[in-house]
Amino acid sequence: MNEELLKLEDLNIDYKVKGGALSAVHNVNLSIHQGEIFAVVGESGCGKTTVAHSIMNLLAGNNARIEGRILFEGKDLRTCSQKEMEQIRGQKIGMIFQNPLDSLNPVYTTGKQVQEAIMLDHVEKGAAWEKVIRLFQDVRMPDAKERVNSYPHELSGGMRQRVMIAMMLSRNPKLLIADEPTTALDVTIEAQILEILQELKKQRNTAIMLITHNFGLVAEVADRIAVMYAGEVIETGTVYEIFENPMHPYTRLLMQALPRKTKREGRLQTIEGAVPRILEKKPECRFANRCPYATERCSREEPATIRASETHAYRCFLDKGQEV
Amino acid sequence: MAAMVEIKDLVKNFSLSQGIWAKDSRVIKAVDKVSFSIEEGEIVGLVGESGSGKTTLARVILGLTPMTSGSVVIDGIDLAKAGKKDRDKLHREIAVVFQDPVSNLNPRQTVESSIMRPMLLHGISRAEARRRAKEVLDMVKMDERYLDSYPHQLSGGQLQRIAIARALALSPKIMILDEPTSALDVSIQAQIFNLLLDLQEQMHLTYLVITHDLNAVKYISDKIAVMYLGKLVEFGSTEEVTEKPRHPYTKGLMKAAPILDPRMRDRKKEIIDGEPGSMMDLGTGCRFYARCRYASPECQSHDPQMDVMETGHQAACHHPLK
Amino acid sequence: MRRDSKWRETLRACLKNKNFMIGFLILVSIILIAIFAEQIGPYEYTAQNPSVKMSAPSAEHWFGTDELGRDVFSRTVMGTRITLWVAFLGATLALVIGVSVGVVCGYFGGWVDRIFSFLTDLTWCIPGTILALAVVTLIGKGLTNSVIAISLVSWATYARSVRAKTMSLRTMAFVETGRAFGESSFSLMFRYILPNIVPSLIVMVSMSLPSTVMSTTTLSFLGLGSQAPSPDWGLALSNGIAYIGRAPWLSVFPGLALVYTVLGFNLLGDGLRDILDPHMKSM
Repeated sequence: MNEELLKLEDLNIDYKVKGGALSAVHNVNLSIHQGEIFAVVGESGCGKTTVAHSIMNLLAGNNARIEGRILFEGKDLRTCSQKEMEQIRGQKIGMIFQNPLDSLNPVYTTGKQVQEAIMLDHVEKGAAWEKVIRLFQDVRMPDAKERVNSYPHELSGGMRQRVMIAMMLSRNPKLLIADEPTTALDVTIEAQILEILQELKKQRNTAIMLITHNFGLVAEVADRIAVMYAGEVIETGTVYEIFENPMHPYTRLLMQALPRKTKREGRLQTIEGAVPRILEKKPECRFANRCPYATERCSREEPATIRASETHAYRCFLDKGQEV
Repeated sequence: MAAMVEIKDLVKNFSLSQGIWAKDSRVIKAVDKVSFSIEEGEIVGLVGESGSGKTTLARVILGLTPMTSGSVVIDGIDLAKAGKKDRDKLHREIAVVFQDPVSNLNPRQTVESSIMRPMLLHGISRAEARRRAKEVLDMVKMDERYLDSYPHQLSGGQLQRIAIARALALSPKIMILDEPTSALDVSIQAQIFNLLLDLQEQMHLTYLVITHDLNAVKYISDKIAVMYLGKLVEFGSTEEVTEKPRHPYTKGLMKAAPILDPRMRDRKKEIIDGEPGSMMDLGTGCRFYARCRYASPECQSHDPQMDVMETGHQAACHHPLK
Repeated sequence: MRRDSKWRETLRACLKNKNFMIGFLILVSIILIAIFAEQIGPYEYTAQNPSVKMSAPSAEHWFGTDELGRDVFSRTVMGTRITLWVAFLGATLALVIGVSVGVVCGYFGGWVDRIFSFLTDLTWCIPGTILALAVVTLIGKGLTNSVIAISLVSWATYARSVRAKTMSLRTMAFVETGRAFGESSFSLMFRYILPNIVPSLIVMVSMSLPSTVMSTTTLSFLGLGSQAPSPDWGLALSNGIAYIGRAPWLSVFPGLALVYTVLGFNLLGDGLRDILDPHMKSM
């Protein structure tokens, strides 16, 4: 396997809210290697975006309390100074968001914005502009040579996302965090963007952390997956392990809730209840109140991590291979 | 089976003219000569990307926007010729549920008054409406205690159930579901699909489901209609449209849609290049011409006509796929 | 899940908000003073006493007396009535015009919107006080007329904001659903859309009250509003100007009363914005 790039160790994030501290991320451990697409999936409120933002140090001022270590190339990002963090952000870790319009400056042309990003690395102006055009071509911007002169509002959603990817590529980061990058896009455009991300991985050996709620995307592009629920990573494994041999009851139920058949083949699996808001940490399985296999022990103890294979791990009291 | 909704040569144009002085004679053909029909008790999925005209089509059927030409006949009533009484009947027979759970209900009204409102409007007594509100809430498997809640106190899944309950209040025959689950999480989405299917079977409802989620549409629909830049390009049974698409756009769409099985990821995807483009400068030919890998000169000059096969499977293409 | 929980929540937020509470207490004190003005003021506000012309503040005359020997304290207290009446009438008039125009424009769009928006913009781009001056000259002097003049200027602010809010609410799913099951336009405008604008309207009204009061005072000061012997603060200020060196109390006390009132409205408005606007954002 490739070299380990990012490692989260016992990451805990609590938000100060009315009536206590909301446990948004709880004891998260995961590692991302060079040249892989690592998907963090989960439903809304599971903490996946909080994890992504904590890596980029975007949580400051949000009343968030962070504990644990965020190791990037062996260096704890949490101990970095503001200046060091600015260096790492962009140069080594890039991030794209669901709505690229929020990240682009409306008063400059898109080409100029990418050019500025390149010039941060002390590239001369003319050379930077040539690179902009090359990057726009790399992300398959239609009419790249003209589009560099377009303002953000003149572009479609798909084109804006291409600009964002071009801007990230300009500094050749080792890790790209993509937070729901295609959620706002149409299916055919989504397929185009996914293709670009995959090429990025293959040609530049970039690691991509894909944050999404869309299991379809995950099935298409992810190498490894972490499934999150109520702030915890409840299962990790390769895409095949998760889709074909899910071990945690939540993952299992979720796999059967996906519309993978037609209505003639029967109804979809549902999960009753709702994701709990954890205001008070105690030893328990956070899925216990919705789990059809929960025993009394589940609301008393925190399940340990069980290894099903070298790459596959889950947190549940159910034994490996036990039929549920 | 009789046709519950019959759409024939439906055209909806939007004028670009804005302002008092600026005269702009151009029009956007948001829906251009679309014809298809929905049988009673059938679920038709309407798919297409943004700007395909699928939402405009639904708004015409709902009477929210007038059509430019063509005809829409719903349960024997011609929408264009409907008088006050007929329109009143249509208001009761067609119900709608929109995508966004949060904006589906009036934030200033309780669940109960939201559900009761359509009934009170159509002359049902307050006592009867109150009884029926409990009944429909029960039909969507929600507890009566939510009657006094305000929307901001409820979750997305609950709000969507209530929107469905309100839609059921007047015992409609047709439901227009505009992306009913797109804003919901997977597990909640499954609950809503199951609920919609149960209700449809129990009450023999007719659904038009508008969505861009192809996995969802495959699961829920009997038939699928595919729109592209205002044109209906393909219509047929779910199986035919998904397994044996005849229009290159449909094929590209089906191939591009993420499949929920990692073993399928290395299939040939035939990703469609480019973007749908503008609705304004449309030539005389096929609207998919610029992006189509099978395009010929004929496609650029002549708009393909709908070709109907024996099975009812129809596609508008000069070079339909085998 | 109680029916009134939203109101309770708002009430709790009100009690916790310092700006709102101070503003609210000031407003309550002003209202009480206005109601009991006759009881509070030791003298008739028109009563002249030639023996104590222009006397400085003393135990008998707390705020001193004016050039006709009238008690400034009693006159200032009576003046609150005028100020409150101005605030009430001005707000109501501007609201009625502004909200009707705004909702109708935002809801119907098209040529209705174009005509009224043009009028709104026109009103907006002429400086308020100057337009009010023109209106007063046209319809005549006097307090009520000056309030009408101010309202004819300030409605545009409401209209603009209400129009924008209506336009965004009009396309929301619950309004569309209402139309789909047969609601009339009138019902959609006033039953569906308007209630959702009310919180921000309350904020807007309380934020604009100070300027309504100030503008009317300005007109009175210029001699176009209240006429003598009215105890109007603006009028008192303009009278006092002539004696500012000899008898500063003539202008200082009505001025302080004005500052107190405007401050109260401002704090109330700030507080209400903090309390009510989050709701609008989350909607």
